[in-house]
Amino acid sequence: MVEAGRITQGAVLQARAQPVTQVRVAIILVILVGWELLAQSGLLYRDVVPSLGKIGMAVVTLLSDRDYYWNLGVTAAEIAAGLAIGGISGLLVGIVLGGSRLLGRAFEPYIYYLGPTPKIIFFPVMIMWFGVGSGSKIAMGVISCFFPIALSVAAGMRQIDKVLIRVGRSFRANAWQMVMKIYLPAMRHPVINGVRLGLGVALIGTLLAETRLSNQGIGFLIYQAYTLFDMPRMYAMLIVLFVIAIGANAIVGWLGGLHTLQRN
Amino acid sequence: MSAATLQRGSIAPALLGLGTLLVFIVLVEMLIRVGVINRYIVPLPSQIVMSFGRLVTEEDIFGRFRLTFFEALSAGALIAVVGVAIGILLYRVNLLRLACETWIAALASAPTVLMYPLFLVIFGRSAATIIMMGFVAGLPPVILKTLEGLSQTRRVLINVGRSFKLGPMQMFIKILFPAALPTIFVGLRLGLIFTLINVVGIEFLIQFGGLGQLINDLSERYDLPGTYGAICFVILVSVLFFITMERVERWLRPAE
Repeated sequence: MVEAGRITQGAVLQARAQPVTQVRVAIILVILVGWELLAQSGLLYRDVVPSLGKIGMAVVTLLSDRDYYWNLGVTAAEIAAGLAIGGISGLLVGIVLGGSRLLGRAFEPYIYYLGPTPKIIFFPVMIMWFGVGSGSKIAMGVISCFFPIALSVAAGMRQIDKVLIRVGRSFRANAWQMVMKIYLPAMRHPVINGVRLGLGVALIGTLLAETRLSNQGIGFLIYQAYTLFDMPRMYAMLIVLFVIAIGANAIVGWLGGLHTLQRN
Repeated sequence: MSAATLQRGSIAPALLGLGTLLVFIVLVEMLIRVGVINRYIVPLPSQIVMSFGRLVTEEDIFGRFRLTFFEALSAGALIAVVGVAIGILLYRVNLLRLACETWIAALASAPTVLMYPLFLVIFGRSAATIIMMGFVAGLPPVILKTLEGLSQTRRVLINVGRSFKLGPMQMFIKILFPAALPTIFVGLRLGLIFTLINVVGIEFLIQFGGLGQLINDLSERYDLPGTYGAICFVILVSVLFFITMERVERWLRPAE
C-alpha cells in the first residue's frame, strides 16, 4: 500500500517535471537561436556578439590552456587566503559580539551598516597598505568576507540553546573547549551560511581588484581580453567563472547541510 | 540582530561604541604624530576632517553625489518596473515559475559585476554602462521577493475578494498587490543596495561618473586626506541610504 503510494507520488512528480524540463529546454533554445541570429545579423559591431561556434571554440581553447589554470590557481589562492583571514577574524568577532549583550549592542550596528557599503572603494587604500601584488587582492577578499561572516556568527551565537551552554559550563569547559565543543557545532548552519555569503563577496572583491590593477589572476585575464577586444575569450572566461562561482556556492551550502535545513 | 533590535535599549552601549570609535581615532592621530604609523600611507584623521571643506569647494562632491544618485535612481526605477513585472509574470504562469525560479536564484549568487568589461564594449564608457550594471545586479532579489510576496498572500484575503466577485485585475489591484507590497519592498531594498554598491564600484573601476570616479581621481593624484575623506563620505551616504530604506520598510510592514 505504502509502496503503491510512493510509486503514484513518483509518477505524479515525474509527470509534473516533464513540462518544466520542456519549458527550460525551450527557453535555452530561444536564447541560443536568438543569440546566433543576432550574431549573424551584423546589427551590433562585429564580434560584440560572437557566434556560438566561436564562443564554444574559445571555451575549449581556454580549458586546454595551461596558463589559464596557473592564473586560476593564483586567484583561488588569493580568495582562499582572504576567506581564511576574514573568516577567522569574522568568527572571533562574531563569537565575542554574539556572546555579550553589551558588546553586541555597542559594536554590531557598525558592522551591520558597514557590511553593505561598496568595498572596492577601499582598493586605493589597500594598494598603499599592501602593495600592488597579491597582498592588496587578499586584503580586498578579507574586508569583503569579514562582515557577512561576523554578522552570521553573532546571530548564530544568540540562537544557541541555553541548555547546551549550561552543559558546557557544568563540565567546566574552558573558552577554547566552549568554542570547539559547544558554540561551533551548535551554530553550524549560520556559520556555513556566513561562509557561503563570504565566499561570494570575497570572490567578487578579489576579482574586481584584479581587473583594476594586476598582472596575474582571472580578473586580469578578463580585463586583458577586453583591452585586446578578444570577445569570444571574454565570454568564455565569464561562462567558466560563473559555473565555478555558482558551483562553489552550491558545494559550500551542501557540505554545511543547508539543503537538508531548507527541506526541513 | 535586526536593525530594530540594534536601535532599542539603553544609551550605554551606544556611548560605548561611539566612545571606542573616538578613542581609536585619537590613538591613530597620536601614533601617526609620533611616527609609529607612516603618515605617507595613513593621513592624520584631523587632515581628513579638514579635507571635507576642500572636497565640497574644489572637487564639487555634492555635484558628483547628484550624478551617482541619478545613476542609482535610474537603475532603481528599472529594477522596480522590470523586476516586479517579471515577478508578476512568473506568479501568473506557474510552469514558467517552476522552470525559472532556481535560475534566477543562481543568477543572484553569480558574480555578475565581473561582466562590466563586456558592458563597456556594448554601451561604451558612459553612464549607460553604470546604470545597466546596477540594473543587472539589483534585478534578481526584486523578482524573487515579488514572487514570494504574491505567493504568500493569505488565503482568507483571496477568499474575501472572491466573495465580492472581483475580476482578475481587481483581485490583483485590491488584494494581491497590497498584500505583497511589504515583501516586494524587502526585495526592492535589497536590490537597491546591490545597485548602489555596483554603481559606485563601476564608477571607480571605469573612472567615469560621480563619487567612485572622485575616489579614483584623488588616489591617482596621491591626495591621501582627500581619498580617505571621499571614502568616508561614500560610507556615510551608503549608511544613511540603508537606514532610510529600513525605516520605509518598517513603515510598510503590517503590524503583527
